[in-house]
Amino acid sequence: MVKEKENSKFPPLVDGKSQYDLTSGKYLRVWQGPQHPGITGNMSLELTICGDEIIDCKTHVGYLHRGFEKLMERRKYIQCFPVVCRICVPEPDFNEYLFAACTEELAGIQIPERAEWIRTLNLEMARLTSFLMWIGGQAGSFGMGTIGQWTVTLRDYMLDLFEELTGGRIYHMYMLPGGVRADFPPGWINKLLDTLKTVEKTLDDVELAMMHNAVFKMRAKGLGIITPDMVDKYGITGPNARAAGVARDIRKDSPYLVYDKLDFEIVTGTKSDAYGRCEVRIKEMYQSIDLIRQIVEKMPKEGPFFTKLPNVLHWRIPAGHTYKRAECTRGEYGFYVQSDGSDKPRRTYVRGPSYTHAVALMEHLAIRTNIADTAGLMVSLHTYPPEIER
Amino acid sequence: MSLKDIIAPFSVWKRALEKPYTNRKPIETRPGADRYRGFHQNAIDQCIGCGTCEEICQNNAIDLVPLEGKTSSHGDSGLRPKIDYGRCCWCALCVDICPTGSLGMSNEYIWITTDPEDFRFIPGGESKPWDDRAEGYRRAEGYDLLEAERVEMPMLSFEESQKSFIEMVQGYSKEQAMEEADRCVACGICIATCPAHMDVPAYIEAIRNDDMGEGLKIVYNANPLPASCGRVCSHACEYVCAMKHKGEAISIRWLKRYIIDQIYLGDYKEILKSADESNGKKIAVIGSGPGGLSAAYYLRLLGYEITVFDANEKAGGMLRYGIPEYRLPYEQVDKDVEYIRQLGVTINQDLKIGVDRDFKSLYDEYDAIFFSTGLKDPYGLEIAGEDLPGVQSGLDILDEVTKGKTPDIGKSVVVVGGGNVAMDAARTSRRYGAEVTILYRRREVDMPADEEEIHESQGEGCKLVTQAIPLRVEKGDSTRLKLFFGMAEMVDQGEGQRPKPVLIEGSEEVIECDSVITAIGQEADYSFIPEEIGKNLVFNRGMVQINEFRQTGDSKIFAGGDIANRKRDAISAIADGHSAAKGIDIYLTNFKEK
Ligand SMILES: Cc1cc2nc3c(=O)[nH]c(=O)nc-3n(C[C@H](O)[C@H](O)[C@H](O)COP(=O)(O)OP(=O)(O)OC[C@H]3O[C@@H](n4cnc5c(N)ncnc54)[C@H](O)[C@@H]3O)c2cc1C
Ligand code: SF4
Ligand code: SF4
Repeated sequence: MVKEKENSKFPPLVDGKSQYDLTSGKYLRVWQGPQHPGITGNMSLELTICGDEIIDCKTHVGYLHRGFEKLMERRKYIQCFPVVCRICVPEPDFNEYLFAACTEELAGIQIPERAEWIRTLNLEMARLTSFLMWIGGQAGSFGMGTIGQWTVTLRDYMLDLFEELTGGRIYHMYMLPGGVRADFPPGWINKLLDTLKTVEKTLDDVELAMMHNAVFKMRAKGLGIITPDMVDKYGITGPNARAAGVARDIRKDSPYLVYDKLDFEIVTGTKSDAYGRCEVRIKEMYQSIDLIRQIVEKMPKEGPFFTKLPNVLHWRIPAGHTYKRAECTRGEYGFYVQSDGSDKPRRTYVRGPSYTHAVALMEHLAIRTNIADTAGLMVSLHTYPPEIER
Repeated sequence: MSLKDIIAPFSVWKRALEKPYTNRKPIETRPGADRYRGFHQNAIDQCIGCGTCEEICQNNAIDLVPLEGKTSSHGDSGLRPKIDYGRCCWCALCVDICPTGSLGMSNEYIWITTDPEDFRFIPGGESKPWDDRAEGYRRAEGYDLLEAERVEMPMLSFEESQKSFIEMVQGYSKEQAMEEADRCVACGICIATCPAHMDVPAYIEAIRNDDMGEGLKIVYNANPLPASCGRVCSHACEYVCAMKHKGEAISIRWLKRYIIDQIYLGDYKEILKSADESNGKKIAVIGSGPGGLSAAYYLRLLGYEITVFDANEKAGGMLRYGIPEYRLPYEQVDKDVEYIRQLGVTINQDLKIGVDRDFKSLYDEYDAIFFSTGLKDPYGLEIAGEDLPGVQSGLDILDEVTKGKTPDIGKSVVVVGGGNVAMDAARTSRRYGAEVTILYRRREVDMPADEEEIHESQGEGCKLVTQAIPLRVEKGDSTRLKLFFGMAEMVDQGEGQRPKPVLIEGSEEVIECDSVITAIGQEADYSFIPEEIGKNLVFNRGMVQINEFRQTGDSKIFAGGDIANRKRDAISAIADGHSAAKGIDIYLTNFKEK
């Protein structure tokens, strides 16, 4: 946030709220979104500007509401499985994992060890794939479209791998209660390792072209600073918090799947501005690559990947409720599932990290930034509207 | 900011020299991966139209519809899944759950047509370019949403079973029954095949819900002899069960038995519907086998006054006097019979129509007659020496055992025949300590006895000789007999015909034994029907001809069971009794649309 200057052209702030008079002719109210099909426009920002500076920002969500939580109340557990991945388009796998994990916990099902490794592999692949798309958005929003094209291509290579493993590129529908749906196809692991090499090489180029780019630095540094004291106040998680030096990562803090068998450190930064957050994310991409390699090496090479379930057509889950969480690219992703003992979940609640980041936090951070930086700021918070709204 | 930050971004130029990632012209179409979930394929003749795919689809994208050239038959509804690709989300759960494995997906994802209607079609039924594509999604080995194997039934070992008449099948525990009931996909394809059209999926669901009362009600809607049927039913349902295509059929018969075993006879009254108020009309039922008892039960429910007449000392017909106790304990027959009696049906035992009372007097006294008198005259072998002492019929031996006598069979027995009566006679003989050889004229696959009966008889030590044709019986030393038989070769009779056993000239073998037990079939005795009434009835190859309501040529007389249907099993007799009850009700113009 820009420091308050003497004789500022901006209206005074009282309790963090801008005191302006829209009828004075000095201010203009404009909307960004919701016409834009990508990340920055599936929701909309109602901006009040003074010149090209934002003095007030209100966020509006609701354009992408599909009612998944409600839909699940009318579906048997197995029928929820194809639904959940759609909650977050660029990163469907966390939904699959968490819904399966909640169901398994409520039903008292233990999945085979190998399934846990495969799921972890799948989630790290999802992380890498999702970050590759994010780079595209981040670079693009600051006018570096070329870089976006590189990484979106890489994302496609990752999607090829998903397609070969799961049968689908975007909606994998692979992790279901009981384990995973299939073993690796022949030769797939080698292809995965080769692709990781390609990604790594390109990431080195991205570092040079983006992180060591004078223009990018000038625009991203100091933009949208999250201070450590804001972290709990706003419910900030993931790289947004870690860039501010807050070492929080569910993979470490309460390990799930096989994360306790993997060797890694939480990546942190020293300053959570748009630039600092990029640094953390790029490091986490290298970390993901490393984790995938570790998994391939350490996982059992053979063994079952699915546990027999009761007949899914009549499967009733004992009454109870649970909340499971996982560290997705954006922070804490959580599923709350409540069962009343019937064959359909009574209530499912999805906690998407984008909700806190894209709504309250964005309203706060946008003030006194330049309107040309709004998109870049939003992408630097890495928010995915589909999981804000479910 | 450093000099590097100014120079580094120019590194992007080095990529200008690299080969581009993107496809170039001409546009190459990229095939989906080997497991790609593309447009469906369905092996249309393997599909049975069970609708399980429709059941699991969370988008209601699947609809089971008639397909030209497919008709419904046992084990096939004749319908096929039609998929609406405006709804399908390509999840492939339908593929995963399909019990026959007929449904799969190709790796095709590109298809352009201008008519949106084209995107609803019957995979495999309407030809598509990807129908024969080998690539595409299939359920993976090691992942399955259904359980192919049935819960194993606790049984006496053969060692124990051949020593006593204790019931061999011991019945499921609650956990076992629930686990087995859980396997059912509730497609209902079994309902059409069950002669009594029992609502199998509904009573299996009652087991899953642990609601035995509900289960009992559903069972009694179509079968008033479930304690017996739950043990010995010929279970045609299990032969068509969708799960049989995947592995083992649901244990339908034993699940029915489980329900009945959980409820005391004394509690039936509370649960089942009571009889309507008496309508003053009287029906005579001749024969207290399954056919007669079933007619009596359903007529009584409708308010008729029922009197059953039976020549035997106890009710149950062949269930009691034919089937041995190790398969069907008498107390289970008693349970079924007792409830029917409690409902207000009068059963007169030891009263043979034609001897103790004449048919004509019943005809005059009652408003209608139902008879289901069964088959009790055994066929002879038609060979020399058949009348020697020591040659006896299987039916007689089983009858004696029921009556508490020890059959006089000696230490070695040859049973001639390949049906259930032969198996029962053989296994009963084993239980009296005899060495048993079963002679059958065709191959083992041709034997009419249930597969499990054949297996169990061999497990208990009965020796099976197939393609053996008895030639003559001669007296041996003292009380011994010599049975001469020739070997047969199977001669092809053309398409659709069973091959015929033809004696190999000159082949002759002999077995020495103490008794020869014949069990090659039995026929009806209609001598109790007086000529003046009998002349109105139509008989065809020993069977009474009836219409769909089991009405004979005399509109007041109805018939069913073994004398009237070719299936010759308990459940068909029960179905006949039920249909006759409806028929009699209509006949007596008492029919109420309910
Ligand atoms: C040894 C054996 C094993 C079998 N095993 C099986 C099996 O495992 N599963 C299966 O489904 N089926 C089996 N069956 C066949 C089954 O028992 C019959 O299909 C069924 O009992 C037929 O019923 P029903 O009502 O036609 O006649 P029945 O059961 O034959 O009953 C006829 C009744 O009529 C009475 N009767 C006859 N004439 C007169 C008269 N003139 N006056 C008064 N009463 C009369 C008889 O006393 C008898 O009680 C078996 C049969 C036998 C013989
Ligand atoms: S589940 Fe399989 S067998 Fe049953 S209707 Fe569907 S495609 Fe046919
Ligand atoms: S018993 Fe078999 S055929 Fe009958 S509903 Fe169940 S799965 Fe279908």
